[in-house]
Amino acid sequence: MVRPAATDGGVLLEIGERLLAYAEAEGASDAEVVAWLEDASLTRFANSEIHQNVAESGVHVSLRFVAGRRQGVASTDRLDDAALHRVAEAAGRIAAVTAERDDGVALPEPAPIRDMGEALSAATADATPDLRAAGARAVIAAADAAGVIAYGSFATAVETLAVANSRGVRAAGSRSWAQLLTVMMGPGGGTGYAERAAVDVGTIDAAAIGAEAAERARASRDPIAVEAGDYQVVLESYAVGDIAENLGFLGFSALAVEEGRSFAEPGRRIGSDLVSIWDDGADPGCLPMPFDFEGVPKERVSLVDHGICRDVVYDAQTAAHAGRRSTGHGLPAPNTYGPLPMNIVMAPGTTSRADLVAGMDRGLLVTRFHYTNPVHPKLAIVTGMTRDGTFLVEGGRVVAPVRNLRFTQSYLDALAGVEAVSTERRLVRGYAGGMLVPAVRIAAWTFTGTTEH
Amino acid sequence: MRDLLDGAVETARLRGAAYADARHVHRLDESLVVRTGRVEAAASGESEGVGIRVLVDGAWGFAATASVDREEVGRTAARAVEIARASATALRNRVALDTREPAVGRYATPVAEDPFRVPLEEKLADLLAADEAMRAVPGVSFTEALFQAQREQKTFVSSEGAFTEQTITHVGAGVEANAIEGDEHQRRSYPDAGGGFQAAGYEYVRSLDLAGRAGQLAEESVALLSAPQLPAGRRTIVLDPSQLYLQLHESCGHPTELDRVFGTEASYAGTSFLTPDLLASGFRYGSDLVDIVADATAAGGLGTFGWDDEGVPAQAVPLVREGIFVGYLSSRETAPRIGRASGGAMRADGWNRIPLIRMTNVNLLPKPGMSLAEIVADTDDGLYLASNRSWSIDDRRLNFQFATEVAYEIRGGKLGTLYRNPTYTGITPEFWRSCDAVGDASSWVMLGTPNCGKGEPGQTGHVGHGVSGARFRDVQVGVGRW
Repeated sequence: MVRPAATDGGVLLEIGERLLAYAEAEGASDAEVVAWLEDASLTRFANSEIHQNVAESGVHVSLRFVAGRRQGVASTDRLDDAALHRVAEAAGRIAAVTAERDDGVALPEPAPIRDMGEALSAATADATPDLRAAGARAVIAAADAAGVIAYGSFATAVETLAVANSRGVRAAGSRSWAQLLTVMMGPGGGTGYAERAAVDVGTIDAAAIGAEAAERARASRDPIAVEAGDYQVVLESYAVGDIAENLGFLGFSALAVEEGRSFAEPGRRIGSDLVSIWDDGADPGCLPMPFDFEGVPKERVSLVDHGICRDVVYDAQTAAHAGRRSTGHGLPAPNTYGPLPMNIVMAPGTTSRADLVAGMDRGLLVTRFHYTNPVHPKLAIVTGMTRDGTFLVEGGRVVAPVRNLRFTQSYLDALAGVEAVSTERRLVRGYAGGMLVPAVRIAAWTFTGTTEH
Repeated sequence: MRDLLDGAVETARLRGAAYADARHVHRLDESLVVRTGRVEAAASGESEGVGIRVLVDGAWGFAATASVDREEVGRTAARAVEIARASATALRNRVALDTREPAVGRYATPVAEDPFRVPLEEKLADLLAADEAMRAVPGVSFTEALFQAQREQKTFVSSEGAFTEQTITHVGAGVEANAIEGDEHQRRSYPDAGGGFQAAGYEYVRSLDLAGRAGQLAEESVALLSAPQLPAGRRTIVLDPSQLYLQLHESCGHPTELDRVFGTEASYAGTSFLTPDLLASGFRYGSDLVDIVADATAAGGLGTFGWDDEGVPAQAVPLVREGIFVGYLSSRETAPRIGRASGGAMRADGWNRIPLIRMTNVNLLPKPGMSLAEIVADTDDGLYLASNRSWSIDDRRLNFQFATEVAYEIRGGKLGTLYRNPTYTGITPEFWRSCDAVGDASSWVMLGTPNCGKGEPGQTGHVGHGVSGARFRDVQVGVGRW
C-alpha cells in the first residue's frame, strides 16, 4: 500500500471504505472508521541555537465496530490489507464480548460538510527545515540584539482527517498550522514570551515575535517582590487562552452536564456583560476543521452570551441522550471525556490593550500562566503560576517587574469580574484547534503564594 | 529487523552523519473503561515504525516513518541528515557524546500472567464487579473502573555497533467514585486517579483487589460531601504514598533532569533551580532522612528497562544522599558537560519521537524505624493527606501546590475528622528539609504515572516512583478562598 500524500483525504476515505467492508464481513451491525494523517515537523532552539529538529509522517486508522448494543474499537498505523483485516477482527472480537450499553450506540447520519479551503496553506504544507531554521535564526537575532538568550520552537504541520460510517457519513478535509513561540531569558532574571500561530506559515513574522519577547525580557529584569493577595489584573491573550481552555474542558461539555460535574446551566450568569464566548470550528481565524471525529459538521455554539451561560457542545452519544442533534464536537472513539469545544472564540471589546493597562489604578499585568490545574472542577477553581513577564501597574503605568506569583482562583469568578476587554485578539493554539481571545482587565484576582524569581 | 535498521544507519553515514542510531518500535495497547455501569471504552491499538537520529556537523537531526519498507526507511534516514544540516545553520556548540562500549543484549519485563492473554471477558468482569460495588453505595453520582496494558518491542542499533532488543510490558488498573451535591463534587480513587501502573502482568491487577476496595472508597466519596472544609494554617502533614509519589515526581524528578537544567525545556515546561553549581557545593536539598535514587533496575517500576534509548544500561543513580543533592538524570550528550557519564535516562515515546531525558524510577528510599502507621501513631497533632487530586509547580520547580482527595485530622496519634478539599503548598528545598520521618520498607510501594508530559512535540512518559510515606513539619495547608 502506497502511503497517501499529506493532504490526500480521498485515499483516507478509500481506506475507510475497505475497513467498513471488512467490518461488515465480520458481522458488524454498524461501523465507523476514523483515519488521521499527520505530517509534522518541529525545530526547537535553546541557548540561542537549534538543539532538536524532528519530522514525522504517520497515519492512524481506527475502527468502531458496533454489534447491536455493543461496541469495540481497534486501531493501527499500518495500512496493508493484513493489518486492516486484523483491526476488523480485533474490534469485532472486542465488541462480541463486551457488555451491552443500555443507551445503545449512537452513530451520526450524513450531513453536508462545507468546503474549507482556507484551512489549508500550501506554504505551510511545503515548509522545509531551512524555512524553520531561518525563523529560529530571526528570533535568535532579536535576542542577540537585546542581550538575552532565546529558547523556543517553530512547528509546521498538515493534518488530514477522514471519517466514514455505515450510515453514509463520508467526510474528509485537511488543515495546516504553524506555530512559533519563544521564551527569552536575560540578565537580572528577566524573562519574556511571545507566540504566533497561523494556518499560513508565511504570515508568521519571526523577527516581530523575537522583538516582542526580547522587550518583555528586558522590561522584567530585576523583578521586585510583591505580597500575595487580591489584585486587579490585566491578562494578556496568552493567559486568557488558558481560562478559555480550562472552562471548555471543565464545563462546556454535554457529558460534564449529564454527569452533574459542570458549572454550565442555560440562563445562569457566569460572567460580566462584557463576556461572550462561543465555539466555531469554521472560523478561519481559529485553525478550523469543518467537521468532528464523528464526521459531523461543526456548528457555531454560543457558550456564554453577555455573561449568561447559553449552551454546551454535544457529540452523537450525548446528543442522543438529550434528544437533540450533535453540534459536531465529538472526539475519536473510544471517548470517555465526552465532547469538547476545540475552537473557542471570545468576543472582542471596545478598549485598546494599552487602555486596559491605563485604566488600572493598582494591579498586575500578567503575560501568561504556567502549569495550571483545577483544584475544584465544579467551582472552576484553578491554581497555577504567572510566568515570563509579570508587572506592577500603578496609576495606569507599568512601574516595575515583579517576581512570579501563584494563584488559586475561580475562573468563573474571574469571568464575573471582567471589567474591560481589548479590541485586539490573538490566536492561541489549544487542544485540537485554536482559540481566538482578547486581553482582559479583571477587578480582582487571588494570588496565594510567591516564588524567588 | 536488524538488517533494516543497519541499512538506515549506513544510509545516514554515507550521507555524512558522524553518528546515527535507528530504533524500531512495535507497540500494542489495550484499554478498557467501565463508567457508571457502561463499557465506555474497549479498545486495542497497534503502532509500528522506525525513528532515526543522526549527528551531522555536530548538530542533531531526527526523522521517523510508520513504514518498515526498506526504501522508505532509507528516505527517512536521508531526511534526518537533511534536517541535521539545517540545524547546523544555527549551532553554537557542537554536540559531543560520552564514550562507551556499544550495548548488546536482550531484556524483557518479568511477567507472570500476560495481560494480553487474559480473556477480555474476565478483565471486563473484574472492572464491572468493582464498578457495581461502587454504585451500590447510595449517594454516588458516577463511577469509573479502568484497565490498560501496553507492550513495546524495541530494537535499537547505532553506528557505534550497539544492538539491543527489549520487550517492555506495562499494566495498570484503578477505580474512582464521584459524589456530587450542589456545587460540591468529591472524588475518591484507588490506587490513584487514572489507575495504578507497574511493569508487570495481570498479577498486578489481581493484587489490587479493586472490587474489595471499591465499596469503602465510594462511601468516602459520599462522606466528603458533608465533611468540613480543611481550615487554613501551618500544620504537620503525613503524606500517604498515593500523594508522596507525585510530590517526589514534581519537586525532585523533574528538577534533576539535566536537559532541563541546561535550558532545552525552557520554552515549554521550564528550567530547574538545581543548577550544576549546587551539585559542586553540596546543596542541602532535604533533611538527613531524604535519600532519593533514580533506579532503572527497580522491580515493577514503569522506568525499569535493560537499556535506555541511547543504548546505555539501566542503573541506579543517586540524586539526593542524606539530604545532599548529588546527581542528575542524564544522557550521553548532557552528562559529559558536568564531567560524568550518562546515567541512562533517555527514552522516547514510541517510534516517532526523539529520546529525551526522562525519569526512570525516582524513589524515596525507606528508612528503618517506623512504618507509615507508626509515623501516624507518633504524630500528636497533624493531618494525613492521601490520593492526589491536583498538582502545580513553577517553571524552576520551587513553588508547588497540591490538592489531595482526603485529609484526616491526626490527634494523639490517631486518625480523626475527615476534611474535604485539602490543599498544601511550599517551596521545594524548605519542604524536603522539614521531613522528619520516612516510612520503613514494610510501607514501601512502587507507584508511578504513565502520563508524564514533556517535550515539543509532546511526549508521554511512563515513570515509576517507589515511596513509603513521610512526615513534614510546618507546612501551609488550606490554600485559597473557598
